[in-house]
Amino acid sequence: MGKTLAQKIFDAHVVEQPFGGCFVLKLDRVFCHEITTPFAIADLVARGKDRVFDPTKIKAVIDHVTPAKDTKTAEQGKVLREWARRHGIRDFFDIGRNGVCHALFPEKGFVRPGFTVIMGDSHTCTHGAFGAFAAGVGTTDLEVGILKGVCAFRAPRTMRFHLTGQLRRGVGAKDVILHLIARIGVNGATDHIMEFAGPVVDRLSMEGRMTLCNMAVEAGATSGICAPDRTTVEYLWPHLKGDFASKEAALEEYGKWASDPDAAYASVTEIDLSSLEPQCTFGHKPDQVKPVSAMEGTRVDQVYIGSCTNGRLEDLRATAAVLKGKKVASAVRAIVSPATPAVYARALEEGLIGIFMEAGFCVTNPTCGACLGMSSGVLAPGEVCASTTNRNFSGRMGKGGTVHLMGPESAAATALAGAITRAET
Amino acid sequence: MKPFGGPALFLDRSDINTDEIIPARYLTESTKEALKPHLLEDLDLPGFDAAVDLACMGVILTRANFGCGSSREHAPWALEVNGINAVIAESFARIFRQNMANGGLLAIELPKPTIEEIFTRFKGKTARVQIDLKASVVEITVDSSVATFPFRLSPFDRALVDAGGWVDFADARY
Repeated sequence: MGKTLAQKIFDAHVVEQPFGGCFVLKLDRVFCHEITTPFAIADLVARGKDRVFDPTKIKAVIDHVTPAKDTKTAEQGKVLREWARRHGIRDFFDIGRNGVCHALFPEKGFVRPGFTVIMGDSHTCTHGAFGAFAAGVGTTDLEVGILKGVCAFRAPRTMRFHLTGQLRRGVGAKDVILHLIARIGVNGATDHIMEFAGPVVDRLSMEGRMTLCNMAVEAGATSGICAPDRTTVEYLWPHLKGDFASKEAALEEYGKWASDPDAAYASVTEIDLSSLEPQCTFGHKPDQVKPVSAMEGTRVDQVYIGSCTNGRLEDLRATAAVLKGKKVASAVRAIVSPATPAVYARALEEGLIGIFMEAGFCVTNPTCGACLGMSSGVLAPGEVCASTTNRNFSGRMGKGGTVHLMGPESAAATALAGAITRAET
Repeated sequence: MKPFGGPALFLDRSDINTDEIIPARYLTESTKEALKPHLLEDLDLPGFDAAVDLACMGVILTRANFGCGSSREHAPWALEVNGINAVIAESFARIFRQNMANGGLLAIELPKPTIEEIFTRFKGKTARVQIDLKASVVEITVDSSVATFPFRLSPFDRALVDAGGWVDFADARY
């Protein structure tokens, strides 16, 4: 019997199986941000174990609330900053160079096919787009990761989603993942890895694959994963040049990180997405999804473009294409947060920022803030937001507020109309 | 080993997420104690009043997929500082379940029909839960009658609870 991609990564990293069904894995990357790491640092200090297993494998960023909005958030940044400095963690990204972790770290080339990655952040599953096993963990797992470079997981049971057909114009990775979550439910993939494959995935850019894997956790999955291919190598090439003589050599090496044809899956689901329409959530769970066309006319107070789900260059391009030469409805507050400084800079070069500003958008610095109602776009009670983020939980973007998740084109069209609507294609 | 159990709090809904358990606006706190007054502050459950319902509770009984969403360990911490040492549910989200065990707290899964029976028989009554780890049995006492329900804890979760959490376990071992 063959093995799945995730099983192969487990095999290559397992330190031991201290108990049946429990795999302690060696970690290639431990990512840190200022919200969940300071508690881990404080506990290590209190235990007299203020050490790191390998400063070159730890990467840290201040991204959730930046610039600091008050004394408490300034303190969190300070704790992370000083810790990075005293342990010689060179890849620490502070204000001016910081961005949303799950957009910034891939851009820096920190994740490679076959890697194991943890972070104290549920959307760490995003990095599975590179053919890595990447999982969100709590602060205690993060703390042990920092100290020992290991983390424990259950056996990697994989659900394969074979996605076929041709996506319609104006339908993207966000619509696909919302559709899949609706299909299996918010706990449909608990304790499983969602492996995305098939012609639709093959044609997606790395950005699209990251959007797909990003929301695997919204179906309960431990991680999303896509097998690496030429698209992966092209994306990573600036960082791979020193390691490989050619792209072909990299492709050959990384080709081993693929599921065998006879691998044992927990389930295999084949879906033809040719007729999929743009999707949008209603209610307060990410599996409450309808076509945007069925939600048309729902009034919104705010539109938000950004986050680790849809704040990358491709998303900004798609949004700007809808907005170009038009104005945001007068009753709508529209906000865009380019996910990283590089995305911001490129969006400026390409004239996208100008399009956003002419349309009446507020352009913020790269930050996670609004997505979880911490800063830079918090809703008031009773307000409604059309958002390209990942969670529509009650009060997620502000107590008493409602969030409708959707793709960038739909969010842009909604900003123009003042009510949920689909983009003209 | 510390005893597990206490007065029961019934939360009759599935998919209670970590934003409801402890909203993100409190993630800027630097002590676990500061989370105490905000536990379940945003819970979307008709009839639930955190101020009243959380007084002197020890164990939460709930439905499927408890603790879904964010990885924030602030969720089990907020339970812990409120005296809650165990959650009994039909199922848990993976990260929340691991966070409970990593901190030496109990996340016990019981089959759907058992949870259904517990809610039918005991919801709305003053119930007390006692968890016998050695015998792997949950005891629910209402008035003077006791009902028992067997449970299974994975060997790993049991070892973490025995060790008092993952940091001590891992530091001694790796």
